[in-house]
Amino acid sequence: MEPQQPSHHRQTVALPDPATLKRLALSDSGFVFDPVSGNSFTANGSGLSILRLLQGGNTLDQVVASLGAEFEVTPSLAERDVIEFISQLRSAFK
Amino acid sequence: MTASCLSVAITGMNAVPDNPGAGLAVARCLREAHGQEIRIVGLGYDALDPGLHRREYCDSVHLLSYPGSGAQALLARLLEIHEAEPIDLLLPCLDSELPLLVGLVPDLAERGVRTYLPSAEQLAMRAKDRLAELAREAGVAMPETLAIAQADFFRAAEREEWRYPLVVKGVFHDARIARNRDEAEQAFRAIAAEWGLPVLVQRRIVGEECNLAGIGDGRGALLGEVMMKKRAVTGRGKAWAGISIHDEALSDIARRLVAALKWRGPIEIEMIRDSQGEYQLIEINPRFPAWIYLSQGVGRNLPDLLLALALDRPPPPLAPPAPGLLFIRYAEETLVPLAAFERLMIEGQLLGDTSSK
Repeated sequence: MEPQQPSHHRQTVALPDPATLKRLALSDSGFVFDPVSGNSFTANGSGLSILRLLQGGNTLDQVVASLGAEFEVTPSLAERDVIEFISQLRSAFK
Repeated sequence: MTASCLSVAITGMNAVPDNPGAGLAVARCLREAHGQEIRIVGLGYDALDPGLHRREYCDSVHLLSYPGSGAQALLARLLEIHEAEPIDLLLPCLDSELPLLVGLVPDLAERGVRTYLPSAEQLAMRAKDRLAELAREAGVAMPETLAIAQADFFRAAEREEWRYPLVVKGVFHDARIARNRDEAEQAFRAIAAEWGLPVLVQRRIVGEECNLAGIGDGRGALLGEVMMKKRAVTGRGKAWAGISIHDEALSDIARRLVAALKWRGPIEIEMIRDSQGEYQLIEINPRFPAWIYLSQGVGRNLPDLLLALALDRPPPPLAPPAPGLLFIRYAEETLVPLAAFERLMIEGQLLGDTSSK
């Protein structure tokens, strides 16, 4: 099977507010706490990596590339996971 | 404890599970700040108020006449207690006492009992029937609220675009969610019978409840604010678990409200953060909340700060905001010897250690 190419829809994906991402307390265990809203949730290893990359100010392309390299997955799979996780983040921060 | 140590009388010892008064939590804050260097006098209205039987927090306890007995009966009882064991500071923790007590401040002060309370006008300005006016003045969002005198309102409510569920509230206490006309009319009748007219109808805001506790200095400043988001609630919507947060937006709203009120004394501001992330004012309580022990946990012991303000002492240091401290309530049984219960019932007071008598 040929490796799938990243979708062309990625540019339309809105990242969560940088200020919100910045304030999150991230624990190596995957526990995430927002000190402003008081909300907390847990993230798996790849979710935590995405959050750390976003906190570091990386673009969506950079996050996808880093995640693909770190977890040895195809770019399209990495992109799908990142977009799905970002969508969950947006719901969590509504 | 020394014979001349400071004596603080605290009400609201009804630490019942579904809707606890704040008295026991306030006593716990002061005990942890001052150990045995402070004498805590627990005041209650019922011999079964659980806090009265936590003798590690209450050195002595007394029963009061219910606020419905009137200001003079309350004053007479407080002075009787003051005669038996001098009170330096009276720290009321129940909404229903405050209208009477603010009127008694000069009488109490004359006899050496200090308080740190709002004026009658300040108290009235944050009452539920005037809250919308205050919110407008302070530029704070609030769900639309109507004062109604007849249950007929609910017949036409939906035509008037008041969609269910609605919140039906008493002017002083009680708030019920009505999911349809029948429930709304039932809530109206029950609340009107208990708390009188008008009854308030409020649009229901869906969101997360975040509360702020602090102390107004009487000149417009808010001191020592502590914020909490509810994480679990009782059947009556009271916090069963919560977590400390810090949100400048919430703090700013609270400062504007306290400045508009020139509030003096403890205060709790109840807000809902709606789905758009905007804070909507729900209620302002003229006292510490039952979750006030969290303030001790985050290094901002608000009852101790109030003690310092009331007694013109240097205020205790306040730690920077510390989001992320969770509190979880639990229920446990306190064992009370029959003799102690009997004395409280018959004499209306318990002095000293009666645990083995």
